[in-house]
Amino acid sequence: MTEYLQLFWATYSTVIYTVGVHSMLALSIYLTLSCGLLSLGNAAFMGIGAYTAALATLRLGLPFGEALALGGLLPGLAALVIGIPTLRLSGVYLAMATLGFGEVVRVVFLNLEITGGSMGLSGIPMKTQLWHIVAILAVLVYGFVRLRHSKIGRAFEAIKEDETAAKVMGINITSYKLLAFVLGAILAGVAGGLNAHFTFFVSPREYGFDPAVDILTAAIFGGTGSFVGPMVGSAILAILPELLRFLKAFRLAVNGLILILVVIYLPNGIWDRKLFARFRRKGSV
Amino acid sequence: MIAQQLVNALTLGSVYALFALGFTLVFGVLEVMNLAHGAVFMAGAYAALVLVTKANLGIWVALPLAMLVSGALGLLIDQVVLKPLRARRAHHLMPMIATIGVGILMTNAAQGIFGTDTSRFPFGTIPEESFQVGTIRITDLQVAIVIISFVLMVLLLVILKRTRLGKAARAVAENPQTSYLLGINVEGVFRLISFTAAALGGGAGVLIGLSFNAVSPFMGQPLMPKGIAVIILGGMGDMRGAMVGGLFLGVAEVMGVAYFSSDYRDAVAFGLLFLILLVRPSGLFGRAMERKA
Repeated sequence: MTEYLQLFWATYSTVIYTVGVHSMLALSIYLTLSCGLLSLGNAAFMGIGAYTAALATLRLGLPFGEALALGGLLPGLAALVIGIPTLRLSGVYLAMATLGFGEVVRVVFLNLEITGGSMGLSGIPMKTQLWHIVAILAVLVYGFVRLRHSKIGRAFEAIKEDETAAKVMGINITSYKLLAFVLGAILAGVAGGLNAHFTFFVSPREYGFDPAVDILTAAIFGGTGSFVGPMVGSAILAILPELLRFLKAFRLAVNGLILILVVIYLPNGIWDRKLFARFRRKGSV
Repeated sequence: MIAQQLVNALTLGSVYALFALGFTLVFGVLEVMNLAHGAVFMAGAYAALVLVTKANLGIWVALPLAMLVSGALGLLIDQVVLKPLRARRAHHLMPMIATIGVGILMTNAAQGIFGTDTSRFPFGTIPEESFQVGTIRITDLQVAIVIISFVLMVLLLVILKRTRLGKAARAVAENPQTSYLLGINVEGVFRLISFTAAALGGGAGVLIGLSFNAVSPFMGQPLMPKGIAVIILGGMGDMRGAMVGGLFLGVAEVMGVAYFSSDYRDAVAFGLLFLILLVRPSGLFGRAMERKA
């Protein structure tokens, strides 16, 4: 049995790590979405975090904890700087501005010497342990549970529902939006740092348009009604390709198909309390 | 030298404009950010490739047929995916996410069917002739690409501005509910726009496939952020803006590579996009959106 478990771990540990990191990314976009902001810059923030943490380890020889902290700090600062002008934009325009920012970041990674150009950075030591990911996720879950009924959480919700009304109620919408944006960036950066230390390398390709869309997709797929949805969604989308290996070349097509079906038939994502309630009622009758 | 670069820029820019025009048309009328547009672009190129290699058609016969195929594909996407979401009045992010799914599905299907390798048009399909104007060398293909793109774009603009149909489409873009009350067949307009936009996207795919002589399942992916950049540049949902924006992006890219550095080509375009959003979010031609309290 233990042998089986060892084999299982050897084969699937990367998948399990990936599930954890993707959950963090989905939470980072949930954080901004819960404040009514559609930001597609999270992949770029993840990239900044990944490169910073990797360089801290490789060049400065910092311990993992400090490298991760730097990996969260720098994206946070970047978010603060670009957030002040961009958060005036709303809806699709904000999405596009953050996407533009993401592309610029990607091209900068591609061309700087210190980031290793198109080859990226490789030979990053394996430092991420399962308990790191579990511990951070546990802290996050606790944080999100507490956030919901806190002053900040309610302010986020008010801004999401109706910005003008929230403003009239005396909520300083700019600073709350900035807070959500910066926290989301820190979270994405830490996730990037963790990711870099178990995949052993970072390259610019991982942080462009497609990953940005993937993160959003996982969150919407899971459902953005609560913080559980994005975590469930990203876990499923990370595991699915493994389960569908028998489909070979067509397995990603199933991902696309599921996405379409969920959006059409499960409007609130797959983690939908009302849906569960309906099933429960049906079950009891 | 600069004139030669301008010719290249005009060719690339006119295809970008054609691509962005379909993209912006759907955004303007259906209010959907259609992220499957890049996949439709790719499908158009493959349709032309199959028509040329399997049905032995000439490329100028295959092009309109490939546009019809991609148009039909666009119509299918609208009817199967977007229509149920419209009927439900889903949140505006939902159609966008659904089209991401469509894009993944189509790209992966193409991978499964045609393989991941880049396919090329058989020898002799693409006109190889060129002529000299002063010191500039212009290929017949470049001339054809520019002419076809501009004819299609002007045709579309004239239809939108001058015909009853165009008037109906513009009315729906303004307000679908009111248009419906005024007796416009709103669903019909949506179908027509979906078809037209996808046909333009597929046409752009054929032209890009020809000009680089390369067709691959992933060819639509780099076009997506570019298309977005173009419609931001020109103003969301604005036709003239998409044309000017597309040409501008073509010029910026070609000139950036020729006189600056190929390394930062994409950064220039997107840096510019970023700046325009900060200074003038409504784009070069767009009207400021009214804020609804």
